[in-house]
Amino acid sequence: MNPTQELAKNTILEAVRGNQPAAQPMPAIPRFHANQPADLVAAFCESIARMAGVVVTEDVPDLDSFVQGKFPDAKVICSAIPEYSGTMKPANLNHWSEASAIDVCLLRSPMGVAETGSILLSDLELQVNTIAFLAHDLVALLDPKDIVENIHDAYEHPHFKQRSYSVLMTGPSGSGDISGVVVHPAQGVKTLTVILSPARDGGSLERNNFKKETSNA
Amino acid sequence: MSRPVDQAKNAEKFLADTVHEQRLDKLLWAMRQRRDAAARLVPEWEELRTLASAIKEHTLSNLSDYLLEFEAKATANGVVVHWARDAHEHNQIVYDLLAKQGTDLLVKSKSMLTEECELRPFLERRGIRVTETDLGERIQQLDDQPPGHIVGPAIHKTTHDVAVLFSEKYGSDPKNEDVPYLAGVMRENTRPDFLHATAGMTGANFVVAETGAIVVATNEGNADLSANTPPLHICSVGIEKIIPTTESLAVFIRLLARSATGDTITQYTSTFRGPRKGAAMHVILVDNGRSERLGMKRFWHSLKCIRCAACMNTCPVYRRSGGLSYGSTYMGPIGIIMMPAVEIRKYSELPFASTLNGSCTNVCPVKIDIHEQIYGWREVMEENGQIQVVKKEAMRVADEVLSHPTLYHIATTTLSTALEVLPHFAIYNRLNVWGKHRDIPEAKTETFHQWYRTHRPNGNEVDRS
Repeated sequence: MNPTQELAKNTILEAVRGNQPAAQPMPAIPRFHANQPADLVAAFCESIARMAGVVVTEDVPDLDSFVQGKFPDAKVICSAIPEYSGTMKPANLNHWSEASAIDVCLLRSPMGVAETGSILLSDLELQVNTIAFLAHDLVALLDPKDIVENIHDAYEHPHFKQRSYSVLMTGPSGSGDISGVVVHPAQGVKTLTVILSPARDGGSLERNNFKKETSNA
Repeated sequence: MSRPVDQAKNAEKFLADTVHEQRLDKLLWAMRQRRDAAARLVPEWEELRTLASAIKEHTLSNLSDYLLEFEAKATANGVVVHWARDAHEHNQIVYDLLAKQGTDLLVKSKSMLTEECELRPFLERRGIRVTETDLGERIQQLDDQPPGHIVGPAIHKTTHDVAVLFSEKYGSDPKNEDVPYLAGVMRENTRPDFLHATAGMTGANFVVAETGAIVVATNEGNADLSANTPPLHICSVGIEKIIPTTESLAVFIRLLARSATGDTITQYTSTFRGPRKGAAMHVILVDNGRSERLGMKRFWHSLKCIRCAACMNTCPVYRRSGGLSYGSTYMGPIGIIMMPAVEIRKYSELPFASTLNGSCTNVCPVKIDIHEQIYGWREVMEENGQIQVVKKEAMRVADEVLSHPTLYHIATTTLSTALEVLPHFAIYNRLNVWGKHRDIPEAKTETFHQWYRTHRPNGNEVDRS
């Protein structure tokens, strides 16, 4: 740290120390779980629909025909999941801005949130973070077993303490900035489709531990 | 010495244009109603507000330790942490980083702090082009106006205004006022900047000490694009935005969007802990008067603010006058208690742009005693000789009303009784100005009286310590 920075830091900290009020206690934070076990899948579907996301609950045996059927004009299909090749993989991108050429992006989310309809994505699943924003349309697989009840549970996910980048994504990009009229998209993806699809491997160790923790809480 | 901003006079212009005034009023009140509906769906809403307030008070009262914890964790994650005492120091740090990168185009997402620091003109004078990527903020940038609202910067503009502006700046169809069309025009024009910029900037809604992370909430995805696409991400954040843990973050995320727009969450709630491989991430911790405000016994609670704008949406004065009338970075109830701490004379009249109806305090997700602070600032103005004779009389009336809860109860409980009492009630709060155009504020779901009973159960005196 250069001398100017050192001085700025010390000046700020000194002023803060001199002015901060008498220390007040940190409250305990409950998890606010509903008393009855909720139908998390139904709640998730309802929540994401409110934010203009689309959920596919029926079985999708063939991802390729699903994508072709839903996005017939798509030419560049980027797949970040091993079970589907698409036309390219995130590793093919030399620069992160090149993701703007992607029509449809497929990936798997490690967690959904029933309260909000959010899915979690991080640099682990995305590999190239921009594929979830510069692509036109996003399709995310989500194991229904990976849906947690609320935001308190969600922030227990290890990604928030381990990954460089994590996002709770809830529906496609939108804006209400012109006259309060909500439009999709704004700057990000035009559509977000979540396919409820059990993970082939039955869940990673990390996920199973996480689910165990949140359900015991 | 700068002349005081005359909010009431500025507002008269806005009020004279009934199209904009009535539209804004309706739009913001609808937002307030959506906020109420969203809050009602959460059984633990009041408990969350109490927790949020307590977490913020805990953090602010241990701020120096948490700042150091954040710095250590963020540094360990590969983030470069900077400290800026004031706006100029902040702007210089940003410029130096951009100059070192050889950047001539910066994409940035909305940040009230960078507005406060007047970063954009600072950079533009030094040859760096800045593209605001939030739709509302970009509209305001193109129109050469500051934001009129901290969540929806261009919310005071009609679709017609935007269509005309975009046709002038982007050559789009001035007659097409279809909102998806207009949003599409913006998207088409901004996308190339995302792809070519060599630096991106964001603010932060929260800074998490435990993980060294910054958290940004947007609906458009523009912060994620600004931070993730170029190889350099600079985040500017006020030192008061820090919270202890990821666990405590959950409380604020549950409150923020519901309070702001009535949505359960923003489309993108993003956590940035460190740079990606081959890229750089810098966080600038900015004081700019915050440490001083922390020492103001009566006013430090305003530092709890999470910038949801619920107090603005509910405020009858804000809704009828528009954000630009305040002539300040922060506007509405939260603005009129923050700005006088920044420059007392310039903002000496702002604390009078309120009916003291307490609705702002009722909706605040972190329980800032906003209307009491407004009253407190009026007293400060009087003590400092910043107040005109007419307002001194107003203070006396306010004093009487606040020390007689029964009278206040009558004044605020129902619309019909408010009608009877308001002509007197209005004298001290400049509703004489508002009265020309509007008679009464809307009835509130919770009244000041109810609030008063909860918070001051043992007496009639308002604690002004």
